[in-house]
Amino acid sequence: MEVVEIAKNIYNVGVNDWNIRDFHGYSTNQGTSYNAFLIVDDKIALLDTVKKEFSDRLIENISQVVDPKTIDYVISNHTEMDHSGGLPRVMHKIGENKPLYCSKMGAKHLARHFHQKWNYRAVGTGDELSLGKRTLTFLETRMIHWPDSMFTYLKEDKILFSSDGFGQHYAGNEMFDDQIGEEIMTHAKKYYANILLLYSPLIKNLLQKVTDLGLEIDVICPDHGIIWRKDPGKIINAYAKWANQETEEKAVVIYDTMWKSTEIMAKAITEGIANENVSVRPIHLRRVHRSEIMTDVLDARAVVIGSPTLNNQLFPTVSDILTYMKGLKPKNKIGAAFGSFGWSGESVQLINKELDAMEFDIIDPGLRIQYVPDKDGKDECFEFGKRIGKAVKGEST
Amino acid sequence: MEKYVCTICGYVYDPKQGDPDSGIDPGTAFEDLPDDYECPVCGASKEEFEKEE
Repeated sequence: MEVVEIAKNIYNVGVNDWNIRDFHGYSTNQGTSYNAFLIVDDKIALLDTVKKEFSDRLIENISQVVDPKTIDYVISNHTEMDHSGGLPRVMHKIGENKPLYCSKMGAKHLARHFHQKWNYRAVGTGDELSLGKRTLTFLETRMIHWPDSMFTYLKEDKILFSSDGFGQHYAGNEMFDDQIGEEIMTHAKKYYANILLLYSPLIKNLLQKVTDLGLEIDVICPDHGIIWRKDPGKIINAYAKWANQETEEKAVVIYDTMWKSTEIMAKAITEGIANENVSVRPIHLRRVHRSEIMTDVLDARAVVIGSPTLNNQLFPTVSDILTYMKGLKPKNKIGAAFGSFGWSGESVQLINKELDAMEFDIIDPGLRIQYVPDKDGKDECFEFGKRIGKAVKGEST
Repeated sequence: MEKYVCTICGYVYDPKQGDPDSGIDPGTAFEDLPDDYECPVCGASKEEFEKEE
């Protein structure tokens, strides 16, 4: 990634991680970037760093603008190691005693990551740091998405440095929303669905707080992906929608299969749902990554789960997605379960238990078929799909 | 004595356990925690706790 001046004397000195495909279990099919920002004023500040293995690249990028030793302050908006991993190298280079600004929890957590006696300056919401002509204001965003998370706002330039908020796992030659177009929203949606969804109530409060504080925002600089400068309102509005967990007339049929019987059921159920003119996607768990699945779940009204019964249990991939989904706390969902079985057939009951734990509205006791569905069985699946489709549209079944 | 939940991160303060890492002895009621008590997980202030339902 080239060093780009994003506003006068403000630079993105971050790096692209083009080839990462598994980001702590999140599939990053277009890589990601670790953005870090250098503000050159009377004082020079570096906001966040990069993943450890890119530390030298960060130092090289900074060196294209200023001598790294002249950096006066480092600001750590987020402790997670894709943004803090470069700190040991940076602090060593610029001087271990330079002030390191972070939230109170950030100071605790950075100490537990790097075990260094850095010159921590813990700041809270509303605290300011003057750089001369410019002033940074800190805004704590606890649990969005770690206890230490905070935003930094630069009022003179109306730039919000939003840490992981409004980010997207995307590596490209583009740096701004106006250079890429609609495609980036898919990545932003995936990021929200997999990282932030469970914090939706806090995000709603945060959006309200930003409105109440009357922060004027011309540019949003997240720590991953492109910078929102043409239309920051677009991503803010998308976050408002996602945080409300608004759903579309859409269903997902998520399943795994052993001898294709549960797959035959999934196909007939999908056709039944589609017959009600509801958008539907069948998703085979061993072909689609869980983070892609969550992206589809985000705005789906119905989540239909199918599993064979294996040794009296759920099929392992079904347990995987249910565990992952439960942690992300999707709301406003209709749920239904199905599955083929050989002899005991516990899967539907086990799925229903999980759907109930997630407070989904379970609209049907579920559908079990022994061994291979025959024509009657497929018809039953089709009718089951139609009932789900009707429920998605809010019609009584 | 009732349990209190941090509305920010979900940490539960259980008076039976107290919060020894923060210097709070077992058996300390939530009401008796010092005013500057903070959630040991996310640092939220005492006002951000709610009684567990």
